[in-house]
Amino acid sequence: MIEIEKVNKWFGSYHALVDISESVGKGEVVVVCGPSGSGKSTLIRTLNRLEPIRSGRILIDCHDIHRPGLDINAFRSRIGFVFQQFNLFPHLDVLGNCTLAPIRLRGLKPAEARERALALLDRVGLVHKAHAYPAELSGGQQQRVAIARALAMQPPLMLFDEPTSALDPEMVGEVLAVMRDLARDGMTMVCVTHEMGFAREVADRVIFMDEGRVLERATPDAFFNSPQHPRAQQFLSDIRSPFAGAPG
Amino acid sequence: MIELIDTYWLFFLVGQYPNGPLGGLSLTLILASLGLVLALPLGLLLGIARVSPFAALRWPVTAVIFVVRGTPLLMVVFWAYFSLPVLTGHKTDQFTTMLVALVVFDAVYLAEIVRAGIKSLPAGQMECARSLGLSWLGAMRLVVLPQALRHMLPSLVNQFVSTIKETSLGYIIGLTEVSFIAAQINTQVFTMPMQVYLILGLTYFTLCFGLSRFAYWLDRRFNRGASIRVAA
Repeated sequence: MIEIEKVNKWFGSYHALVDISESVGKGEVVVVCGPSGSGKSTLIRTLNRLEPIRSGRILIDCHDIHRPGLDINAFRSRIGFVFQQFNLFPHLDVLGNCTLAPIRLRGLKPAEARERALALLDRVGLVHKAHAYPAELSGGQQQRVAIARALAMQPPLMLFDEPTSALDPEMVGEVLAVMRDLARDGMTMVCVTHEMGFAREVADRVIFMDEGRVLERATPDAFFNSPQHPRAQQFLSDIRSPFAGAPG
Repeated sequence: MIELIDTYWLFFLVGQYPNGPLGGLSLTLILASLGLVLALPLGLLLGIARVSPFAALRWPVTAVIFVVRGTPLLMVVFWAYFSLPVLTGHKTDQFTTMLVALVVFDAVYLAEIVRAGIKSLPAGQMECARSLGLSWLGAMRLVVLPQALRHMLPSLVNQFVSTIKETSLGYIIGLTEVSFIAAQINTQVFTMPMQVYLILGLTYFTLCFGLSRFAYWLDRRFNRGASIRVAA
C-alpha cells in the first residue's frame, strides 16, 4: 500500500531523512519509534506531503504522492492523519468537525454526514458529546474526536503522529483503545509513538529510527526482546528505566 | 452658541442640499460607510494574498502594501486627485477621489490586520484542514478565516474609527464634508472659531465613540456566546 523508495529530505543543511526505503502492506500496522529528532515525525508527514522531499519516491496505492501536478487534495482526503496536537477546529462543535470535510469534499448531504459522524462518535465512545465544542473536552476526548473526524472520510490508510504525546497519562489509554480497535478491524496504520505497550500488542512491525536513518526493522517481539542495533538497545533501556542514565 | 447651532444646524448636517450638492455630516457619514464597506473586502483579499503560498501573488501585493503604508494619507489623496483623471480619462469628482484614496489607504492597513489575524492561529489548523483534503482556499474560508476574523475584531474597529476621522482630509481637495462645512461656517460667523470647532470635534467624537461602543458590545456578545458554550 505504501512504498517508500530512497527518500531524502533536508531542512536547510540538516539531513533529516537519509535514504529511507520501507514498505507497508495493506492491513499492516507499523509503529515508528526512536528518540526525538530522529526524523520519525518528518517521515510520517512526508507520506501525505505535509513535508516535501528532496529526492526519492513515495507511492501510495501505486501513485507517486510527490509528483508535481498530482491532485494532492483528492489524495489527502483518502489518508487519515491524526496530529499530536489534535487540531480540532475550535469554532465548530464535535459534529461540525466530523462533517465538514465529508460534506465539502465527498458531497454528502448534511443528514448523511451527520449519521456517519454519529456512528463514528459512538465507536470512539463520544456520541454524547456530539454538540460540545472542543474547548469543553479533555485532551483524550479531543483526540478521539480527531480520530473520528479522520475516519469520517473513510480512508483506507491512517497515519498517527505521536497521538498520545500531548495527553495527560490517564488519558493515554482511551486513545490507544480506539487505535487498537481500528487495528483489529484491519485498518492499515502507520503510528509514530512512544507507547511501547501499544507497539508490542498491536504492531505487525516496528521501525526504529535515529538521525534520519532506519536502523532496525523487526517484529515487536524481536525488537523488544533482542534489539540488534546498539542505538536501539540504548533507546529501549532509556525508556524502560529513564533514571538509570541520569547523572547523580 | 445656541444661536450658532440654531442658524447653521441644517447647513452643518447636509451642506447646500437640496439647493446644491449634499455635504456636511451626511456626506461624511456616507463617505465613511462606503469607505468601510469597500475597504473591508479589498483588505480581506489583499491580506489573504499576503499570506498565500503563491509567490506571484504574494510579492506584488506585499510591495503595494509597503509602499502605501509608507506614505501619508494626505499624499495618497493628492495622488488620487491628480492621477485619477489621467488614468481614467474622465474628470473625477471630489467624492470619488476621496473615496478611492480612503479605500486604497485603509485596505492596506486592513490587509495587515487580516494577515496578523491569520498568523495568530496555530499553523496546525491550516495543516489539519489540508490533511483532510481541503484546498488552501477552502481551508482558509472554512477553517482559518472564521476563527481569525473573531480575533481581529478589536483591530478592525480601530481601523474603522480611523477611517471616520480620515474623511476630514477631504477638506483639502474641496470636498464639502463636515470639516469643510465647519470651516465655511467659521468664515461666515467669524467671531466664534472655538465654538464652531468644538462642535465639530464633539461630532467626530460622538461618531467614533459610538462605533467603538458598538464594537465592544459586539465583542462581548461573541464572548458571551463562547462562555455559554464552555459552561454547557
